[in-house]
Amino acid sequence: MDALASLLPLGAPALPLDEAGKYVAAAFIVFMVLLVVYVAIMAAKLQRIERELRELAGFAEQRKQEEQRDEVNA
Amino acid sequence: MYGKGLRPLSIATVAMLALSLSLVFFYAPLDADQGFIQKIFYLHVPLAIVALVGFVVGGVFAIAHLRTNNRKWDAYSYVSIHMSVIFGVAVLITGSIWAKASWGHWWVWDEPTLVSFLIVFLMYATYYPFRYAIEDPERQARYASVFAITAGAFVPLNFMAVRMAQSLVHPRTFGTANGGLPGEMMLVFLCCLATMALLWVTLVKFELTAKSASGQVKRLRRALDAPAPGAASRIAPEVS
Repeated sequence: MDALASLLPLGAPALPLDEAGKYVAAAFIVFMVLLVVYVAIMAAKLQRIERELRELAGFAEQRKQEEQRDEVNA
Repeated sequence: MYGKGLRPLSIATVAMLALSLSLVFFYAPLDADQGFIQKIFYLHVPLAIVALVGFVVGGVFAIAHLRTNNRKWDAYSYVSIHMSVIFGVAVLITGSIWAKASWGHWWVWDEPTLVSFLIVFLMYATYYPFRYAIEDPERQARYASVFAITAGAFVPLNFMAVRMAQSLVHPRTFGTANGGLPGEMMLVFLCCLATMALLWVTLVKFELTAKSASGQVKRLRRALDAPAPGAASRIAPEVS
């Protein structure tokens, strides 16, 4: 594990995470957060659509059963 | 219909995002003047360009809507503007962070580039209440298209005015007499620009797919004469 950690700096050049690093990190984090929030909102929307579809499928099923029952009764 | 090709597009966007971030932090050279802070450039500028082009694209879709009277184009126009407003929020926040790091202020009011972008952003922020204020869907779509065309025409005019104005602190990077960006930085910048454009297209397609699915559910509900679950959105156009 330690050997792997010691190899990391070879692959990745050191980033100057001083005063400037905080601002750069903040800018990129804000962008990522916006993206994640948008995807979360879209996921909630899709869940709502899925729920509505399930409701409609149940409604259609119920209506079909009622129609069949009416036919039998007639 | 709108969801076709969304999966490969999403995969390509994620791959491009990963590649661009790697290039920004591990390939692009440090700027001699600004140092590490200049990395924000690769995020902020492509976001701004894509947002502004997106506003213009929204105007072009609005022209198609007025010419054909097909509601599909209104939906395209709405989603393009919607996505560009979201990108605009990111531009303003990342720009403010860069301004604070570079100039020591979150905002500079006498800088034409900053103020002009804010004006464009605020103008498009009024698109939602403008749309929401009109009840009739036909009139709503038509008026929104007129707004999108007028505002879309304002964007390039505004951009040209800013280029002609004298800049105080905001740098002019492209097309300057000093030569602009060096090769490696330009390569990374173009990669970031392509990534942001791809992200915009993917999110627009994603949004249109969701709206289309929602529209189909509403149509199905009407066809089945099923009770509505609650008040439907009056802002977003319905996509069939």
